[in-house]
Amino acid sequence: MSYRITGNTGEWEIVVGLEVHAQVISQAKLFSGASASYGGEPNTHVSLIDAGFPGMLPVLNQECVAQAVRTGLGLNAQINLFSRFDRKNYFYADLPTGYQISQFAHPIVGEGKVLVDLADGSTREIGVTRLHLEQDAGKSIHDQDPTRSFIDLNRAGVALMEIVSEPDIRSPEEAGAYLRKLRQILRYIDTCDGNMEEGSMRADVNVSVRKPGEEGYRTRCEIKNVNSIRYVMQSIEVEAQRQIEIWEAGGEVDQETRLFDHVRSETRSLRSKEDAHDYRYFPDPDLLPLIIEQSWVDELEAALPELPEAKRDRLEREYGVSRYEASVLTAEQAVADFYETVAKGADARLATNWMLGDFFAALNRTGRSIEDSPVSAEGLRELLSLISDSTINGKIAKEVLEDMVETGESASAIVERKGLRQVTDTGAIESSIRDILAANADKVAEFKSGKDKLFGFFVGQTMKAMKGKGNPALVNETLKKLLSE
Amino acid sequence: MSLDAKTVTRIARLARIGLEPGEVDSLGKDMGSIIDWVEQLNEVDVTDVPPMIGTGLATPRLREDRVTDGNRRDDVLSNAPDREGPFYTVPKVVE
Amino acid sequence: MSGMHDFTLASARDALKARKISAVELTNAHLDAIERLDGRLNSFITRTPDQARVAAKAADDILAKGEGGALTGIPLGIKDLFCTNGVRTTAASKILGNFVPPYESTVTSNLLRDGAVFLGKLNLDEFAMGSANLNSAFGPVENPWKRNGSDAKLVPGGSSGGSAAAVAAGLVLGATGTDTGGSIRQPAAFTGIAGIKPTYGRCSRFGTIAFASSLDQAGPMARNLQDCAILLESMAGFDERDSTSVNTPVPNYEAALTRGVKGLRVGIPKEYHAPGMPAEIEALWQQGINWLKAAGAEVVEVSLPHTKYGLPTYYIAALAEASSNLARYDGVRFGERVKGDSLDALYEATRAAGFGEEVKRRILIGTHVLSSGYYDAYYLRAQKVRTLIQRDFLNAFEKVDFLLTPTAPSSAFAQDEKPTDPVQMYLNDIFTVPASMAGVPALSVPAGLDAQGVPLGLQLIGKFFDEETLIAAGHVIEQAASFTHRPAIHAGVSA
Repeated sequence: MSYRITGNTGEWEIVVGLEVHAQVISQAKLFSGASASYGGEPNTHVSLIDAGFPGMLPVLNQECVAQAVRTGLGLNAQINLFSRFDRKNYFYADLPTGYQISQFAHPIVGEGKVLVDLADGSTREIGVTRLHLEQDAGKSIHDQDPTRSFIDLNRAGVALMEIVSEPDIRSPEEAGAYLRKLRQILRYIDTCDGNMEEGSMRADVNVSVRKPGEEGYRTRCEIKNVNSIRYVMQSIEVEAQRQIEIWEAGGEVDQETRLFDHVRSETRSLRSKEDAHDYRYFPDPDLLPLIIEQSWVDELEAALPELPEAKRDRLEREYGVSRYEASVLTAEQAVADFYETVAKGADARLATNWMLGDFFAALNRTGRSIEDSPVSAEGLRELLSLISDSTINGKIAKEVLEDMVETGESASAIVERKGLRQVTDTGAIESSIRDILAANADKVAEFKSGKDKLFGFFVGQTMKAMKGKGNPALVNETLKKLLSE
Repeated sequence: MSLDAKTVTRIARLARIGLEPGEVDSLGKDMGSIIDWVEQLNEVDVTDVPPMIGTGLATPRLREDRVTDGNRRDDVLSNAPDREGPFYTVPKVVE
Repeated sequence: MSGMHDFTLASARDALKARKISAVELTNAHLDAIERLDGRLNSFITRTPDQARVAAKAADDILAKGEGGALTGIPLGIKDLFCTNGVRTTAASKILGNFVPPYESTVTSNLLRDGAVFLGKLNLDEFAMGSANLNSAFGPVENPWKRNGSDAKLVPGGSSGGSAAAVAAGLVLGATGTDTGGSIRQPAAFTGIAGIKPTYGRCSRFGTIAFASSLDQAGPMARNLQDCAILLESMAGFDERDSTSVNTPVPNYEAALTRGVKGLRVGIPKEYHAPGMPAEIEALWQQGINWLKAAGAEVVEVSLPHTKYGLPTYYIAALAEASSNLARYDGVRFGERVKGDSLDALYEATRAAGFGEEVKRRILIGTHVLSSGYYDAYYLRAQKVRTLIQRDFLNAFEKVDFLLTPTAPSSAFAQDEKPTDPVQMYLNDIFTVPASMAGVPALSVPAGLDAQGVPLGLQLIGKFFDEETLIAAGHVIEQAASFTHRPAIHAGVSA
């Protein structure tokens, strides 16, 4: 089903393209040796290059280039062996040199694509136009002083990848799915941490609307700097609604930059006067063109980790999990790694059920992530092996897992300490059952007269008497045998 | 030909150089004569000629990804005309 | 202390090494000369006598141990475009009038490493934009030369006018200059000294205030080419902090001095016979050709067909870059601030008050040629023409080893003869700009005096990184010309 907004004049289709700014994971900044790490006392992660002092010159960081290439490869994109840095000239308080160094005319990565999975099980391909490297700006702080803004340049010069999509997105859901998929890929190849709260990933959202079947695009608006997937989806909805109302009232949408206010759930114009913007791009004469070797690209490609789609397909194949299960298990690389550690050499079905069931529930309950899981993958594997070799049964195992979460002890230690080892001694089971049957002679008579349902009652009573440790199969078998005596 | 006042004003605005009203005309005249003079480049046939970027002598070089700089706030702020604690300041920016 | 002012840099170096003189007395003699003469010449923006004396004393201690580098104890002046750690660096602009860099440029670091003693920071055209040193927020520099029988103040050329005047007047034994379109060579010619603009990428640009990044190149200025060679060897070298720095070994330039030109081919570019050029400059050029021929060089006429487009191409490329390079002077992180009610008001007031007239004009033109709708017509086209200019040189250098031209189309003019039309002023650089555009090395060497007794220079242009051939050929001209004239105002005579 295509996403449509119904206005007064009928249905409307939305057209969305996203420009994602993803902060590159690197030690140092794109053109200086200052730290690129988040936080730090104001103006400490700053070199004189970042602060634009006279005579300071940029020198390109190799790892940032490598990260852009890796990301390009992850997006199935064209890697441009020739690219170039341009200056984008404008004045702003947090832009020390008066220009941002960016790749305008010749980006390092060209066209690529991202496959997104939608809730109805369908898949959509969203085109990537380009990816280029550029510098982040510093930060202006407006709330510390009544008449002045304060400037912190810690972020100034940190490497960003701007990833521009084609206007292929047709619904808020697709926008969300695209961003999640992009973030998943970036995290898999470890080129951006995708942390939208800290601003290491943020999106500019280009929105326009048109009538279904209409050729070409109508005027778009750009919603700047949206910093969560939810807000991206919301902003698309409210902006599309706003534009539809304008068109339907016989007006014209102005091409402009807007800001999303999530509190009031509206977008509003950021700059009324666009005339001041003429960025005067030209090649940065302080830098040489960036020329990379195909052999280097090949090396980077060979060293790439398995990407989400390939991993999902492999898990389906190797572990016999369903496509849905595989998607959940590969949502994050750490989850997939955890799963494979558990499932390797174990009962894969058991591993899958336990991961998706009790284990995820335990993570949720404790508010922990897979990275700081209270139970290690090896620990969970041991627990499952105790089920497989009949040391404990599934019900006891649930208790043991809870204990493991709480105490951090190993499964076997808990089983030993609490004496949870399953009873497989037929003599002991038979003796327990004989006691139960003797104490419930009336029920035995009812059973024998045909009230089959009572079998469950006898199982329950036996397990209770054995404190849950009876081997369920042996209990069943022995009960059947004694009841038929 | 002299650059008109509107153009001069727009360019000065882009360059963030405040102009006195009296300066606009003379600047327009000077800039116009320089622009007219550089127009002679239109005589040159540049078909298939690549633009020069740098002088093409240095070999591309990339820096190792190591933190070698920063933690020099005193240097960074040493020349600031209006420093406030660890920050540079500007007149309040309203968005 | 008479005699102290007869030293060249090379002879002073030898005398210091031989302990015939001390660095302290050499430095003091030069500081005294500055004290006496520079009130008039105005070649210094900032003098650093106390630091100089300390450095000289340290140099003597090193020399006493029989140690020391190539420049230990040599008093130099530094163009105030090179950032010097803890010493005010202004670019001759009001906007940097109070700027004290917490860092040292690579070029000056190299000179300090080799033991040089800095006497101060030398005047220039604001941000190196000018050809007469009339565009300084710290006042014009006077050329120490006089026309016969005239007291008119002549310009020293620009933008390295303070460097040129200080060297010519004997206030320093050598100076750093920077050359974007002729800013070393033209003032050298106007003041009767030698100056080298090395190959682009030879000297690091790190810590040198930028005018036009793709053209700026530091170089030495001194009384003769031997002195320049010694300085260049110290200043040059690969610097990983400058992406355009070239990683190629620095040769022993001084050793190239006496190589001669026997068997070399010298090209004479026919397009440099500019219409309206004074006959005495044409004659001097011919004289230079004859000297080289007599020394065994073969003379070949060559063509650099795009020569006439050099200047307009230069002004587009250089001003575009400058408009962007000078955006950082905004009154926020350093420099003089003029208050404003809003951020934009602060920028506009700061830059209006901080930049001089010529700098503003150039920023505006540079902004214009990059602006929307004009980029292709101006900037992109100019960069294509620049490719053609470079090809002209590369083609010529397939036939010849170096080129000989006049350095400038006139001798030094008087301060009050400054043309009012900016384009006329730009024509001063007509012979020097093409080599800058191509990135090839060039030097100017004093070759004679004009009829009014004012010096004239000849320019040699060479192949990439072949400064050595230029030094050798320049030395042939030096010797043939035996240029021993001194200006009216110089150390050792009364002002």
